[in-house]
Amino acid sequence: MAENAPAPASPAAAAPVQLELVVEGIASAQAISQIEQALIGIPDLVYARLNMTTRRLTTQWAHAGYNAAPLLAVLDRFGYRAVPFTTNQAEEEESARTKWLLRCLAVSGFATMNVMLLSVSVWSGNVTEISTETRDLFHWLSALIALPAAGFAGQPFFFNAIRAIRSGEMVMDVPISLGILLALGMSVYETAHHAEHAYFDSALMLLFFLLSGRVLDHVMRLKTRATAANLAALRAPLASRLAADGSLAEVPADALVAGDVIVVAAGQRIAADGLVVQGQSAVDDSFLTGETERRPVGVGAQVYAGMLNGEGQLQVRVAAAGRQTLLSEIEALIDNAVTSKSRYVQVADRVARIYAPIVHVTAALTAIGWLIAGASLHDAVIIAIAVLIITCPCALALAAPTVQVVVAGALFRKGVLMRSGDVIERMADVDVIVFDKTGTLTLPDVSQPDFARLSDADLRLAGRLAQSSYHPLARALRDYARQHCGPLVALDDVQEISGQGVCATHDGEDVRLGSPVFCGLADEALPGGQSLIAFARNGAVTLLPVGQVLRRDAVETVRQLQASYRVLVLSGDHAGAVEPVARALGIAEWHAGIKPAEKLVFLNRMRAEGRTVLMIGDGVNDAPALAGAAVSMSPTTGADVTQAAADALFMGEGLGVVAQTLALCHKGRAVMRENFLLALVYNLVAVPLAIAGLVTPLIAAAAMSGSSVLVSVNALRARSAGQGQSDTRRSG
Amino acid sequence: MSVLLYLVPTALGLGLIGLFGFMWSMRSGQYDDMEGAANRILNDDDLHDPQVRPAASDSQGH
Repeated sequence: MAENAPAPASPAAAAPVQLELVVEGIASAQAISQIEQALIGIPDLVYARLNMTTRRLTTQWAHAGYNAAPLLAVLDRFGYRAVPFTTNQAEEEESARTKWLLRCLAVSGFATMNVMLLSVSVWSGNVTEISTETRDLFHWLSALIALPAAGFAGQPFFFNAIRAIRSGEMVMDVPISLGILLALGMSVYETAHHAEHAYFDSALMLLFFLLSGRVLDHVMRLKTRATAANLAALRAPLASRLAADGSLAEVPADALVAGDVIVVAAGQRIAADGLVVQGQSAVDDSFLTGETERRPVGVGAQVYAGMLNGEGQLQVRVAAAGRQTLLSEIEALIDNAVTSKSRYVQVADRVARIYAPIVHVTAALTAIGWLIAGASLHDAVIIAIAVLIITCPCALALAAPTVQVVVAGALFRKGVLMRSGDVIERMADVDVIVFDKTGTLTLPDVSQPDFARLSDADLRLAGRLAQSSYHPLARALRDYARQHCGPLVALDDVQEISGQGVCATHDGEDVRLGSPVFCGLADEALPGGQSLIAFARNGAVTLLPVGQVLRRDAVETVRQLQASYRVLVLSGDHAGAVEPVARALGIAEWHAGIKPAEKLVFLNRMRAEGRTVLMIGDGVNDAPALAGAAVSMSPTTGADVTQAAADALFMGEGLGVVAQTLALCHKGRAVMRENFLLALVYNLVAVPLAIAGLVTPLIAAAAMSGSSVLVSVNALRARSAGQGQSDTRRSG
Repeated sequence: MSVLLYLVPTALGLGLIGLFGFMWSMRSGQYDDMEGAANRILNDDDLHDPQVRPAASDSQGH
């Protein structure tokens, strides 16, 4: 791991420097003390603290000339992979905004409590015998607290409202701001006229609940953003650097310098900007151009960090590496993850366009109605303002974010990382689940490989060829070959054909590793019942049966899922290998020998039939299907391109999390719907009361806090999904 | 009613203390890692200092 150290900066500066690392695989409480204890004694390390929430290790070093290699070695010894990390600007801004909202929330909370203290005294005084002087004193005290507090805590709404009005849009913040300002203004006027009621507490409570919803929404977004950034950091910055002697070393992209040559395997992200010096492939540069069509590249072509390499292996001479290119890549990934806002949130925005005019018209009609009925202008205006206060959408604003935070947190604890909040709703719609076989239902049984069939020379060659592929079987072969032959040098000009295999020309010989058909064997010539890969050297084919073991809880998971879903298997593998797996799992519907494009066609046909498909796969050949499915999951062991296409990633060896995710999302959506219903019922009850002029500050406070608390508490129910459901079981 | 003269300021003062306490704890990063804090309390590391300091590394022979 020593080569993983970032290049030491110049030792000139003596000021302490900070280095942040993303640490992979932290699961337990022991990890914290284990890691922090082990780091004691590393030269120049002044401070180290592991953040379990973000999975990041913050370190401080005495001076810029530090060497991080011992630290990485320590982490490696415990089995944790760490990658240097720079917080990107978008995340910092998001984090700062969340803190600002929290401050506003704290101020409004403090003010609400204190004003409520005074209000309760006034309310109880009103039904007993409070003197006008005391009531006025209490009202003025309330104003003293409420006006500055609302001025501070209302900023998020006021700024948004002003911006929206300037650009001629209508957002929920406009009626909210108007309601708060009118409530405060009216209360001051009423207090000055020694009136019985003032609405300071209502205005503040409104702010408090609305801010709670905002904070939760931002916490959720910050979390998905941080997760995406961690994943990007763990994924992208490693590059395979080609040394002068032809050997490959995995180094962080940060450590690359101009002039290095890196090898980019099929399906991998290119780690640095540079020129292609060898190989042919097609790259996906959609993050740069927005075009989804792959661009063919050959020797001499310019490639940029963050591009996804297609099916060929490339060697790239680095022109620019480091933060600049790395950042662009990370940001592209994150924007990808965050821009897809929840459908319900978008509906909320659209609702605002209708909601705000309705609210304002209702308030105006109420005032006019009361005037016609003979009320004084003063009474009519006060009732109209009460309508504005009562219609402010507290419970509505809390309905979706509370559930999203609860479900995302529960999933996170189970090792499932969501890319966006709306995954919950899309998951809940699923009625068909399509599994890929290799790497998803099964894992390669690396403990008993049959690679011994290869001669030493062939094994060496096959291992070198396998280095260019991310297929689990290729990885197993590579590891086996490394064990027996030592370090391996990747071959030049390796082509990967999705779902088929890798091939190259070496010393004038055509070498292939992949499906037997790809290596030139006819289908009929194959023995059934086993997963096979083949190695061919100039047409001489060696068959390599690879034992596949089912994921440990695959059988019960599939049985659980079949209770509520149509489960099927689409595999690129041959029928003889798919059939036993499908039979063992009790899946009647399976299709073997499906090419990547056919998977997508299959999914499109399902969609045309009105099905909503959850696709679960891990290979490069699944990526189109994952992108094409309504919602998709991928194990974190999958290829880069696959993870980029998936909506949710799951960690670990088990498959049970899939069932748990579905159950949680089902429950989540159900609770979300209940919440919207609760918010609606609240409005249906409270608005007529307000129009009738029956809403006193006491009723407003009770209605607002009651509905908001109800919605928030109800959201907590989403955490304990599946107690009564058949398709969930907690895994130990 | 003279009781109000000190009760109201007392109530406000207590509220303000809470508010500033929250602001301080947020500023000092106590909410940055809720999960870690929940787990750290279970660690039996009274004998060691979990944070690496120069003094600590000196005592380890550096």
